[in-house]
Amino acid sequence: MTLTADAPVAPPTVPAPRSAGALSPSRLDAVEVSAWFGDNLVLEDVSLSMPAATVTALIGPSGCGKSTFLRILNRMHEAIPGAALAGEVHLDGADIYAPGRRVTDTRKRIGMVFQKPNPFPAMSIADNVLAGLSLTGRKVGRDERAELIETSLVRAGLWAEVKDRLDDPGGALSGGQQQRLCIARALAVRPAVLLMDEPCSALDPTSTRRIEETIEELRRDVTIVIVTHNMHQAARVSQQAAFFLAEQGTPGGIVEAGPTARLFGDPVDPRTADYVNGRFG
Amino acid sequence: MTTALPAPPASPGSGALTASGKQPRQLDPGHERSDRYFFAGARAIGLSVLVVTGAIAVFLGYQGIPTLHHYGLHFLTTTQWDPEIDKIGIAAVLVGTIEVALVAMAVAFPLAVMFALFITDYAPRRLKSWLISAIDLMAAVPSIIYGLWGFFLLQPHAINLSRWLSQHFGWFPLFHVDTDPNAAVWQQSRYTSSAFIAGLAVSMMAIPLACAVIRAVFDQAPAGEREAAMALGATRWGVARKVVLPFGKGGIIGGSMLALGRALGETAAVLIIISPAYEIKPRILEAGTQTTSALIAGNFGSATKAQLTALLAAGFVLFLMTLAVNTVAATIIARSRSGAGTDI
Repeated sequence: MTLTADAPVAPPTVPAPRSAGALSPSRLDAVEVSAWFGDNLVLEDVSLSMPAATVTALIGPSGCGKSTFLRILNRMHEAIPGAALAGEVHLDGADIYAPGRRVTDTRKRIGMVFQKPNPFPAMSIADNVLAGLSLTGRKVGRDERAELIETSLVRAGLWAEVKDRLDDPGGALSGGQQQRLCIARALAVRPAVLLMDEPCSALDPTSTRRIEETIEELRRDVTIVIVTHNMHQAARVSQQAAFFLAEQGTPGGIVEAGPTARLFGDPVDPRTADYVNGRFG
Repeated sequence: MTTALPAPPASPGSGALTASGKQPRQLDPGHERSDRYFFAGARAIGLSVLVVTGAIAVFLGYQGIPTLHHYGLHFLTTTQWDPEIDKIGIAAVLVGTIEVALVAMAVAFPLAVMFALFITDYAPRRLKSWLISAIDLMAAVPSIIYGLWGFFLLQPHAINLSRWLSQHFGWFPLFHVDTDPNAAVWQQSRYTSSAFIAGLAVSMMAIPLACAVIRAVFDQAPAGEREAAMALGATRWGVARKVVLPFGKGGIIGGSMLALGRALGETAAVLIIISPAYEIKPRILEAGTQTTSALIAGNFGSATKAQLTALLAAGFVLFLMTLAVNTVAATIIARSRSGAGTDI
């Protein structure tokens, strides 16, 4: 089963010239991906194209393998003991699982925001933003440092709230602010793709709206893949969507994928129609 | 309960039932009988620990009174231990105790931290449980065995290290030895039975104790933060450096101090290895030193009544030292667990 999303609704912007600060979103293609936990096959033959500069939403009921699929996209899946996978994931045409490719390089290019906000609680807000650089041993000068902190926080929509207390610990922020701090931290390493695993599920409606606005603004520079349980959120933020389902006793897979408007407005598969209209799940 | 339900608590400004002078109600959870027995039993056991510790302190202090009374503060400042000429003091012994303990910690601390980190962050999953068992087994070896090991197996080799250290760093008082380290036929006996070699043996006992505590704390490093670091492209060392070590700081300090408490009191291994010398000397590589516990173990058999109270007074000082170290350790460990906002 190979389901390829149609052309993106919003045309990708022309990649900016690759100067120091420029970002260029990348295209991500999963090819016949399967995944196991121990002997348990949880995902079978999933293929999906995630076009550059587009928000792709992964929807489906709990336990259908969407989070597993997301974690496969930046090689976080293999960090779980007993986890295995098959298939390929192409970042701009190159398999991220190819032998000899460093897992750390892949993760630097494909950032991730988790369901539960996980800033480094003892580090200051500024240090949290720069954590990715210090973790990967990249040195930045004083001016560049200040600029990077500001641009990352601005892009994550948090700058106005924290600009006067950058030295406060990251753990002292509210949940919604922490999540945007995590987005800023992920953006500071200038990823080409940003994966978001239910980033708003632990947040209140106001924080959720702020993050959705952030996603909308980021889309031009970064390819985004977001897992969400919230149909309205998927409809609001994404241009592409894929519906995952694991029917009784079978591994998870994609039932239908395509432009969000079509998937929600005129689904082909009756199971998709049932799900997006809230009849199960 | 046969009493009528109490009136619902009135919220401010809502009713006239209780206008002013409000008092919180006395709440009775209504203990089950089994709970009551359990509480009573647990409380008795908990208190007995305090009673035993307190009794030891009182006993040692009480027994030591005649000595402290007789020698006064000189007991703490005199270096000799010569009951025959009535000159008794623990100044040299305390210095020896601390030297042996510090050598032990200098060796045990880095090894325990690295071993704990290896177990939690580097070792393959199958190896992990084996390594934990091995470390626990290390803690189960009787200290007399470590003493014999240190004396017969370690010492003949360790004196070469001692000599090398004194050859190259002899200008530093700590590593100086009163002999010619470069002599063609070097005086091996000047390097044996030293605080350094005793410390090496004691470190073998300190490592498992420190490692067990440190590993337990490292294991609690929040999975979310580990994943956050990994997702940013961190190497394993990056995760260890930015997440595990900062989180485990309290455990590292606390575990090391627990081990230090153990090292201060270690007796059998030290007694086997050292040759007694009652002088304050910083030269840890040189033969001869004495520790408090080895002093007691080595002398109480032939002690007169007066000498016995002197030994018990020395024991009292050691007790206070280890108590202080362990209390500080426990406080640090307890504080680190609360971790600043590690869980949301």
